[in-house]
Amino acid sequence: MILEVENVVKQFAGHRALDGVSLQVPENSVYGLLGPNGAGKTTLIRIINCITAPDSGEVRLNGRRMTPEDVSHIGYLPEERGLYKKMKIGEQALYLAQLKGMSKNDALKALKYWFEKFEIQAWWDKKVEELSKGMAQKVQFITTILHNPKLLIFDEPFSGFDPVNAELLKREILELRDKGATIIFSTHNMGTVEDLCENISLVNRSKVVLQGNVAQIRANHATDTYLIKTDVKLRVDGFELVSEQHKSGFFESTIKKQMQDTNNTLLQRLMTQTEIHSFQEILPSMNDIFIRTVNEVPDL
Amino acid sequence: MSKINLIIKREYTTRVMKKSFILLTFLTPLLMVGMVSLIVYLGSIKDDKVKKIVVVDRTGMYKNVLKSNESYNFQFADATVDEMKKQNDDGNEFVALLYISRDLSVDSTAAVMYSDKQVNMELKTYVSGMLNKYIEEQKLAAYNIPNLKQMVEKSHTNIDLKTIKWSEDGKEKEASAELALVIGMITAFVIYMFIVIYGAQVMSGVVQEKTNRIVEVIISSVKPFELMMGKIIGIALVGLTQFFMWVLLTGGILLGVSTAFAKNIDVSSIQKMQQAGQMGMQSVPADQLNGKMQEVLMAVNGLDFVQILVMFVIYFLGGYLLYASLFAAIGSAVDNETDTQQFSMPIMLPIIFAIYAGIFSAENPDGPLAFWCSMIPFTSPIVMMVRLPFDVPFWQIALSVGILVLSFVGTTWMAGKIYRTGILMYGKKVTWKEMWKWLRY
Repeated sequence: MILEVENVVKQFAGHRALDGVSLQVPENSVYGLLGPNGAGKTTLIRIINCITAPDSGEVRLNGRRMTPEDVSHIGYLPEERGLYKKMKIGEQALYLAQLKGMSKNDALKALKYWFEKFEIQAWWDKKVEELSKGMAQKVQFITTILHNPKLLIFDEPFSGFDPVNAELLKREILELRDKGATIIFSTHNMGTVEDLCENISLVNRSKVVLQGNVAQIRANHATDTYLIKTDVKLRVDGFELVSEQHKSGFFESTIKKQMQDTNNTLLQRLMTQTEIHSFQEILPSMNDIFIRTVNEVPDL
Repeated sequence: MSKINLIIKREYTTRVMKKSFILLTFLTPLLMVGMVSLIVYLGSIKDDKVKKIVVVDRTGMYKNVLKSNESYNFQFADATVDEMKKQNDDGNEFVALLYISRDLSVDSTAAVMYSDKQVNMELKTYVSGMLNKYIEEQKLAAYNIPNLKQMVEKSHTNIDLKTIKWSEDGKEKEASAELALVIGMITAFVIYMFIVIYGAQVMSGVVQEKTNRIVEVIISSVKPFELMMGKIIGIALVGLTQFFMWVLLTGGILLGVSTAFAKNIDVSSIQKMQQAGQMGMQSVPADQLNGKMQEVLMAVNGLDFVQILVMFVIYFLGGYLLYASLFAAIGSAVDNETDTQQFSMPIMLPIIFAIYAGIFSAENPDGPLAFWCSMIPFTSPIVMMVRLPFDVPFWQIALSVGILVLSFVGTTWMAGKIYRTGILMYGKKVTWKEMWKWLRY
């Protein structure tokens, strides 16, 4: 575990932003931090970054209690992010890199690499106010990862990204993971969670309400429904027919199996009826699980 | 390089490289010297058009008294005021009409000057000066005492009270209250200006960082307090740079101008002063005039300029740090620059009060108002600068600086706490009560 958050509580004047939140982030993985607006994600991220201090509980990095000095090993892209409008891109990136503790030479070398990779060398002497929002986001991304941090934290990285840049960002996140980094990001975008994350925590009303491996969570939330493609219309026998469609010569039926049946017993039942062209278990999307879990919590 | 140095460097270089800073730094001394020269120049050129003044003298006694000179031409007319007024309908005939109805030695209010416009001071003093002198002579002559005129002229004295102050080593120094006043007011005003201008810059800098949303990126690498102090110190250096540039440039330009025109100015201005003296009631001999100039120079030497300059830098920094941290706290608490107004008002008030307290302190530099306002840290940087040229006891300076230092450490600490919370708060209307709460987090 590269990062462990244990029983963190944070109380603000009017409300409790985090209430006994714990999570473990395995090394070299992509971790998703999900939750509706105001659930406490940003507060948790700020605590991990030592921007605010928790009232109780602790954050451990590589098994040791985290100190403010450790923050320089974290790359942090905040949700509310900006750049100095009047400053030139190159100078600004260099300044931010030096603030992270890089030497001028190292920073210049790394900047050259990334500016070439993103094909933005021509922007070096431009001012931020001359750039579009998408361009500024590329620069922000570069300044976040420039110092090669082992742990990267992105708060809502996809908000405000156009689809092209979002795709680029996804690719870079996976590439960074393959190079050995650990990435934590918070998001509303459940599609990217399925694409990227191995593990997630779902935070709602200051508490973790769902946590674990994405595949596991989806399997646990399986609703025993299947999509079956056959030549002829299915006769309902030992299962429940949810919907049925006749499409280009095939019947596509969504069915729900009985609780006591396994997949194989269901298949056997179907095989007696007709030729089966495809048999697929329908797993709920993270989006469905998200909405269901969030709505489960009763209003207080 | 440590992080706070990086921040200071960025704040300093981005501001010093700004076109507006460079323009202001180089143009202000030029403007100041230009303005002074313009005033001197405009004052020195004479209106070459001779102005005609019609005199309606019913007594007929003053024909030889009112002498024309290169500016004014007196013409006597045998007409009534109304007739002359009609003649001057278009306003081009003459600029003013002097009407003398009775013997002025009997009725000193019998002379009236009419004009379409307000009669200017120069003409008024010129005419009344000539009439006064004549009437005085007339009255003296009426006593019938021989040589009285010469006796009066001899007895005419002009007491010039010199002020000499005893310095501690027993030497005597010539002092000038007027010069001390001018120096004190100028330094106090410059400090006032710098606190307001650069304090406001700190505030808008903080607001910009917050509205730009860059602040969270930066405080993930440095502590909020470092960011705040870096900004405050960086801008202080900008202010000092500007001040010293102004001093150097103004000094340089003045030196250049005065050496280039030294001869012309000296000769012509002294001549002019002599002329003015002769025109008026009393004539100042040229050697006395030179003595006056020497006195001013002596008085300039009498002031301790090193002390004033050192204290200026100390009070500038102290006062600036005290207020800048408060301005930073306000900048951190609001979401945009328009919201800063309601919060900066209570901070601006003591500064404005200080400048008034400074003006009143100048009249009585050792009075209770001056003393207390030079101890209270919110007014001391300005008021003490006014008092300094009047020789303030050392213990008072030390106490005042001590209180100022403790206070800015205090306000900076407080501001740091508000700043830390404020910069991460978005979209919330902040109240004083809220800020008080942040202070105690």
